[in-house]
Amino acid sequence: MESIGVLMTCPPNFPYLVEELEKRFTLYKLQNAPDKTHFINSHKNSIRAVVGNAGFGADAELIEQLPKLEIVSSFSVGLDKVDLPKCKEKRIRVTNTPDVLTNDVADLAIGLMLAVLRRLCESDRYVRSGKWKKGDYKLTTKFTGKSVGIIGLGRIGMAIATRAEAFSCPISYYARTEKPDVKYRYYPSVIELAANCQILVVACALTEETHHIVNREVMNALGPKGVLINIGRGPHVDEPELVSALLEGRLGGAGLDVFEDEPNVPEPLFGLENVVLLPHVGSGTVETRKAMADLVVGNLEAHFLKKPLLTPVV
Amino acid sequence: MASTNPQESVRDHSPLPKVLVPNKPRSFYTIGEEPFTSTKFQYLKAYESPLPLDQFLATHAHSVKAILSSASAPVTADLLQLLPTVRLVVTTSAGLNQIDLPECRRRGIAVANVANVYSADVADLAVGLLIDVLRKISASNRYVKQGNWPTRGDYPLGSKLGGKRVGIVGLGNIGYEVTKRLEAFGCCISYNSRKKKPYVSYPFYENVCELAANCDALIICCGLTDQTHHLINKEVLSALGKKGVIVNIGRGPIIDEKEMVRCLMEGEIAGAGLDVFENEPDVAKDFFALDNVVLSPHCAVFTPESMKDLSELVVGNLVAFFSNKPLLSEYVDE
Repeated sequence: MESIGVLMTCPPNFPYLVEELEKRFTLYKLQNAPDKTHFINSHKNSIRAVVGNAGFGADAELIEQLPKLEIVSSFSVGLDKVDLPKCKEKRIRVTNTPDVLTNDVADLAIGLMLAVLRRLCESDRYVRSGKWKKGDYKLTTKFTGKSVGIIGLGRIGMAIATRAEAFSCPISYYARTEKPDVKYRYYPSVIELAANCQILVVACALTEETHHIVNREVMNALGPKGVLINIGRGPHVDEPELVSALLEGRLGGAGLDVFEDEPNVPEPLFGLENVVLLPHVGSGTVETRKAMADLVVGNLEAHFLKKPLLTPVV
Repeated sequence: MASTNPQESVRDHSPLPKVLVPNKPRSFYTIGEEPFTSTKFQYLKAYESPLPLDQFLATHAHSVKAILSSASAPVTADLLQLLPTVRLVVTTSAGLNQIDLPECRRRGIAVANVANVYSADVADLAVGLLIDVLRKISASNRYVKQGNWPTRGDYPLGSKLGGKRVGIVGLGNIGYEVTKRLEAFGCCISYNSRKKKPYVSYPFYENVCELAANCDALIICCGLTDQTHHLINKEVLSALGKKGVIVNIGRGPIIDEKEMVRCLMEGEIAGAGLDVFENEPDVAKDFFALDNVVLSPHCAVFTPESMKDLSELVVGNLVAFFSNKPLLSEYVDE
């Protein structure tokens, strides 16, 4: 299969994924090319697959430039950076990495809740600065029993719910439609959900409909004692509105793993003790990234060996 | 209203029973004294007097029946010697290591602990510290807030919590709350405790070293006693291994801290999440250079919710005692 060209549109940062792809295919690293357009042009006739991730996928423009493209295999579960209708139109297969990262992302969501409510990062900073010698740290907020509202009750949303339940948190959710076999309380709008929970977590897919699903009104409804957790996609939240809500105290706190323009994070958030900022590490464990890479490679192999795809979306 | 006749005013005022408070508990500082007060007793605050403690006691405390203890107000055999009428010690702390329990037992003095009021908050902190260490939450938050993400790229990968073998050292109320939570994350629980617990089916290890050898993470949830001092020593840390992580929400002296610091610096264990230290609040500077350690200033119980529950329990125990009713949370050594 060595003559099959695979274009990696995301930075080639994960050695294991790069090695496994290079063992089987001719790997073209778009991010390393000094002139990307020229690079694509030079290799377009051998590129039959694209590997992308949460930040870099395959938009309509790229798809049009690759006449031999057969499959897009994303190193992520979110596919907001892949033009799915275009792929459908051109009969290009699309795969992602569901399930293998569900637990890690859900773990991080709970970790963010604990970090914000119990001020883990700030009290760590307090000790490191030597301030503990001068006085005790202040009271923080109990997590057990706080009501948790989940936007999107898919695999990740459900995993967050079962974890929060172990802390006796009452769970409620918003989804496009109410889920029949679910025991949690359903709210037909995000704003009603926000008004009725203390911790609101974004766990849905990013689509045109869910862009800025957490807007000013939702943040105001969540309120000065409410905490927003985002482990979805940056564009789920109106970021400038989030910054002003936090600076003005209209929102009680935030734990964010994703941002509208990664890796750029609004600097006014840096000094806020009620905000925890992570560099998009939801699936960032050695174990899970390896499992994700295996899925990407496995899907590509299956496709080129004319076997059923492992985790197809299109 | 007191009458002008001194005889009458003595008759009208039956003195409230007194509770000796040798030193101001931290909870009085955090939520004030008012939630701990009652019309049924009064506090005798030794710390508000200029007199040294033994003089204060000789002058004011001859008939005191109860003591309010805390981490800063230990109850030693020497103190009890000066207070022959004491029948009850109530503590605001989760730990009982500052109370001479054998001496209390010898003198027939009951001890009232905090029961379960803190267990959820302490368990939450233990889980929070474990997730933080494995997923590098505090370290990567620091990284982002220092502006490093755009310039230095992605942060190094963490380690998955799901499927990790977690060993609980001390399966009391707090340890049990920790296991309830960790099960939801898909952890495999095992434990070491003074005695095997009939109400759980987790594998029991009689020996902490054996527990460590079979776990990826240890969570210290036991009390500090003579037997548990430096329980986590070089041997245990070595058994835990290079990929092992330790969380301590018990007491600093349960771990040989010097040895733990050495292991962390030399990569012999992978990380630690610590709410307690051997010499608080003087934390060894060696910790500050380590990115794989999360440090917490002994604050596991300090939420308004726990403080409120504590105050109600303390008042409840004292009121019960002074009305000759059973204590709400009498400590009975198993």
